[in-house]
Amino acid sequence: MARDDENLTAPYVLEYKYRRSCGPVVGRFLAALKDGRLEGVRAADGRVIVPPTEYDEHGEPTGEPVALAPTGTVTAWSWVAAPRANHPLARPFAWALVKLDGADTALLHAVDAVEESRMKTGARVRARFAAADERVGHIRDLACFELLPGDAHE
Amino acid sequence: MSDAIKGFTAPVRLAYTVNAGRAASRFLRGLAERRILGQRCPVCKKVNMPPRGACPTCGVPTEEEVQLSEVGTVTTFCIINIQFDAQARELPYACASILLDGADTTLFHLIQEVPVAEIRMGMRVRAVWDDERRPSLDSIRHFRAAGEPDAPYDSYKEHL
Amino acid sequence: MRPVAIVSFAQTPFVRRTRLNDAELVMEVVTAALERARLPRHEIGFCCSGSSDFLTGAPFSFVGALDAVGAWPPIQESHVEMDGAWALYEAWVRLQHGDLDTALVYAFGRSSLGDLQDVLVQQLDPYYLAPLGADPIGLAALQARALLDGGEFTERDFAEVAAQNRARAQSNRHAQVRGSRPAGALLDEPYLAAPLRKHDCPPISDGAAAIVLAAGDRARALCERPAWIAGIDHRIEPHALGARDLTRSPSTERAAREANAHERPIDVAELHAPFSPQELILRRALALPGSTAINPSGGALAANPIMVAGLVRLGEAAARVIDGVAARALGHATSGPCLQQNLVCVLEARP
Repeated sequence: MARDDENLTAPYVLEYKYRRSCGPVVGRFLAALKDGRLEGVRAADGRVIVPPTEYDEHGEPTGEPVALAPTGTVTAWSWVAAPRANHPLARPFAWALVKLDGADTALLHAVDAVEESRMKTGARVRARFAAADERVGHIRDLACFELLPGDAHE
Repeated sequence: MSDAIKGFTAPVRLAYTVNAGRAASRFLRGLAERRILGQRCPVCKKVNMPPRGACPTCGVPTEEEVQLSEVGTVTTFCIINIQFDAQARELPYACASILLDGADTTLFHLIQEVPVAEIRMGMRVRAVWDDERRPSLDSIRHFRAAGEPDAPYDSYKEHL
Repeated sequence: MRPVAIVSFAQTPFVRRTRLNDAELVMEVVTAALERARLPRHEIGFCCSGSSDFLTGAPFSFVGALDAVGAWPPIQESHVEMDGAWALYEAWVRLQHGDLDTALVYAFGRSSLGDLQDVLVQQLDPYYLAPLGADPIGLAALQARALLDGGEFTERDFAEVAAQNRARAQSNRHAQVRGSRPAGALLDEPYLAAPLRKHDCPPISDGAAAIVLAAGDRARALCERPAWIAGIDHRIEPHALGARDLTRSPSTERAAREANAHERPIDVAELHAPFSPQELILRRALALPGSTAINPSGGALAANPIMVAGLVRLGEAAARVIDGVAARALGHATSGPCLQQNLVCVLEARP
């Protein structure tokens, strides 16, 4: 029983169901994810930006989509020892910036490295997509990345 | 190749523990005791309710507690004809800004037990308490007609 | 530019969970800031506040705090859904118009009401990041890793920042985390989100702060030694984390240049670095000489009231000038993940 001089508290859940409209650039990237493919977009200066944005950081409209391999390199990472309910993975994983082969910017996602000791900057990773019948055109169609076997991890 | 995705559902769910603060906690505890409390501003002397610990006009702390009457005057009202998602009320129903005797600001609450066509500015209404006592605004279930002559316009015209 | 000064500053004690509501918190600091400036409430020209309704979970809840200011007769008022440092920027801009001489700036936030790790996800890109639930500690840890990979800093450097800031906080009665074990002992602790340990991360804090700005002669009438704003500027970087160099802060470098930070040496710098590696990035970006005293308040590692901590940095920097301790001070504020957006304010004493 709360003391008379304690403030009253009550639980309160705020829930909204937003519908995000994508536009053609984001919409095309998410459609590619649904198909199990990764794409970037060509910036005015020739760089390949992923994930695609309508404009580059100088305000120039981006151009054509560019098909990318599902492999890349970790440029930075951190370890999530206790995943939260809304995280992509239920077991400990790494957040990572992944520079996909052929891209000039990095994509932020999860790496299912299983053990922290296996993660390192420079690790080679490959995209793991959700099952085809579970893909809907959403960033989480890309379930996570996984480490490629080889000298990139212990 | 799939068509470009037009949109996706992005649910937001955030859990909070609301903390009423000192003034509102006292007000809500008062309701559990069937007491309606306001706070008097030391500068303008007006009684604000529900009390918030500060006078919205003067911007000074308010401490002095004032017990208000259960009876008040309808200053303005509205009749709702649309069902909201969270509501399960029989339509139409009415809400009103009620100036309780002793208060200088109004309480927004339901008017029931009276045909909506009879609700009017100046109507005198009385709080109907719920059987269960709890520190919540719905300890007052609604307001009903008080059975008194209407309040003259002059008595509430400053509170519109 | 019209000369504008900070003439008073007030802050609440910063605590994990306050008993007060937003209006009650703001009442404390607004009353104190006005009293210190000897400025009657009705003489305030313009009022601007910084806060986020996402902390309370109630849309427009920030309006309730206006009870602490008093809005009758009607006042000129504005609000930013940002740290109060940006409310101060808006107030400074407003005073440049020349028709008003004083402004009240305040900021408040109760992080205790919700779960910050969920709330702050809502500031992220809704297409690519928010659906992943990328939490602020995980992202700050990414930045920390990038900094370690650069080879210039070590985890011990991170621990030193944490230890020194919290040690300095011992003399700050408003700070929440006051005192620290030495860096070596901190390094024995396990990771929270590798490579960050708990001490590298900020506390969760409730509180409020207020500042009074005044222009020209009005500032001299309200304060013996006003902290004149010699320069103020803010810049933002791309929101895509993968498009940024997380080991540098080009927006801070640019804001500092535009704010004339390097004209003369800075005696005191208050840097809004909620994560220890970020202070290292900011110190490098600002090119502060070794003689500059960093965060005498203990900084954001000692108290991190979301939406307030940046304004507190500006206030603490100004307080050193007002108290006569510093001739020239710098206050910095940040917003967004991994130092995405940065504001630099240079304050100086003038004869």
